[in-house]
Amino acid sequence: MSLSNYQIIEMYKTMKRIREFESKAMELFGEGHIPGFVHLYMGEEAVATGVCSNLNEDDYITSTHRGHGHIVAKGGDLKYMMAELFGKATGYCKGKGGSMHIADATKGILGANGIVGAGHNIAVGAGLSAKYKGTGQVCICFFGDGSTNQGTFHESLNMASIWKLPVIFVCENNLYGISMHQSRHQAIQDVADRAVAYNMPGVVVDGNDIFAVYEAANEAINRARNGQGPTLIECKTYRHRGHFEGDPTTYRDPEEVREWLNKDPIHRLFEYMIENNISTEEEIQRINEEVNKEIDEAVRFAEESPYPPLESAVEDIYTDIVEEVRVR
Amino acid sequence: MRKMTYSEAIREGMRRRMKEDPNIIILGEDVGEFGGCFGVTGDLIKTFGPERVRDTPISEGAIIGCAVGAAATGLRPIAELMFNDFMTVGMDQLVNQAAKMRYMFGGKITLPMVVRMPTGAGTRAAAQHSQSLEAWLTHVPGLKVVYPSTPKDAYGLMLSSIDDDNPVMYMEHKVLYAMSGEVDENMEPIPLGVADVKREGEDLTIIATGRMVHEALNAASKLSQDGIEVEVIDPRTLYPLDNKTIFNSIEKTNKVIIVTEETKRGSYAGEIAAIIAEECFDNLDAPVARVCSLDSPIPFSPVLEDYVVPNFQDIINAVKKML
Repeated sequence: MSLSNYQIIEMYKTMKRIREFESKAMELFGEGHIPGFVHLYMGEEAVATGVCSNLNEDDYITSTHRGHGHIVAKGGDLKYMMAELFGKATGYCKGKGGSMHIADATKGILGANGIVGAGHNIAVGAGLSAKYKGTGQVCICFFGDGSTNQGTFHESLNMASIWKLPVIFVCENNLYGISMHQSRHQAIQDVADRAVAYNMPGVVVDGNDIFAVYEAANEAINRARNGQGPTLIECKTYRHRGHFEGDPTTYRDPEEVREWLNKDPIHRLFEYMIENNISTEEEIQRINEEVNKEIDEAVRFAEESPYPPLESAVEDIYTDIVEEVRVR
Repeated sequence: MRKMTYSEAIREGMRRRMKEDPNIIILGEDVGEFGGCFGVTGDLIKTFGPERVRDTPISEGAIIGCAVGAAATGLRPIAELMFNDFMTVGMDQLVNQAAKMRYMFGGKITLPMVVRMPTGAGTRAAAQHSQSLEAWLTHVPGLKVVYPSTPKDAYGLMLSSIDDDNPVMYMEHKVLYAMSGEVDENMEPIPLGVADVKREGEDLTIIATGRMVHEALNAASKLSQDGIEVEVIDPRTLYPLDNKTIFNSIEKTNKVIIVTEETKRGSYAGEIAAIIAEECFDNLDAPVARVCSLDSPIPFSPVLEDYVVPNFQDIINAVKKML
């Protein structure tokens, strides 16, 4: 692995940015400032960060309902994200999408998605596009273990494999499909085993070890860029919070939660950085403060932004039909 | 001008645009060497090769989803579903993805894509290969729906469907594939949302779609022998719907019958009827009537199928009842 200290520090910063963005979102949701649902990514930061650290700005990702981490890691702007969570006009989607539907085409973010498993097919389309145009771009398809039981998983891995598309399927196995433990929702322990059926490499990595994720993604992305087709990477990880905020998580053993909290990916990287003299506690403290400042600014931006004007409700349904939709 | 079939017209519309724009690709089951289940893509693979006329596995959800992803990233895909009945297998990708992405993402993503849907009864293909499911599509904001009834309309609407920056559902009636007619290959695209008056008349307006346009025209010519002059309007685009042409006709005739091949309950014919009831009440001399298929799955046996689907005689009966 040939990561520079600078790159490692940047990775730490990205993970911290995701964590603090979500800590704030959790707090604001609890206080009633954020409407709707919030599905937190906390605990899985090493996956999005480790994978996206390999990407160029024009590479694509598809994301999920638990998408904040992917979007931050792909370069999403915290201000527009937070404003979207608030339902404000300045949000990424002008307040029409919310937490589950953030996209930024200029950064290759093809959208978080409220339908479990729907991103798989879209990722294949983006991969086809890149391959057809010969751009060398790749598409990362992020998804959870739960979605691997959707038909779309099978359809997409099959299609990506027969066409050797530059798509990397990154499964964030956090052990639960909503409340259902993996042992109850599928008859295998390693989702990566399913890669065999598509004649593509299936790799299992510790999803809380950012370097393991980075390396696996690096290899898969290189393969994809070289025309060797897709890879299925399974990252074993854990969400610190429930499926959504407000989920009582009675289905999880508190002992299991404690064990995984001890494997916190950000803390692990912090210790690695100190032990290997990559950074100092003071420098990391300074980074933490910088991140907190960014989050505060994002919240201020969201709070001070206006709600969308009512007339915007019927805009953006089509590129060219607006007025006739106004008639109730 | 060239004589071509409805099926050829669809193909030649695609060919013309594909020659102009390398970003247009075709995706679907057996669309390549095989030429499409109904032969519509035909020899396009010879002109454009297997990268652009791409056979897919039997995975309707992935065909539509792949088109969505490709459209979001700069291509202009045309997806072929072998039968419109199979849209049910890929409905999430149509309804929750294709139709919603632009809106949910605040206009940040544009999806220029066409989904071709061979539609309708009359091929003795029974309940899972004969439906007319256009109302499923017109119900969903974010989709446009076109339904040509002649080779010329098929050609002109294919051009504009491909040109459109929104997901366009292109319904094509299987029984019409062999129908031939004059098509000007240099014609301008037929804009979406513009109806065509297929026959002028003073006594009653019939609004018909797809194959029912021809049943209505047949009925109209027979009624004419009895001195009854029926106006036949083909909306050609179901959404956006050309209300104006419909309203103008009703202002003249004061009577209207809507004829579609859909099962009647929850049909798009009902939507047209509701629009007319809301907007044209003062111009109506009789309640709006609908002639549709019976509320039954399409049966296999030819005698039963022909009974369930409306024909010119059902239309004549409805007209005589109204006058």
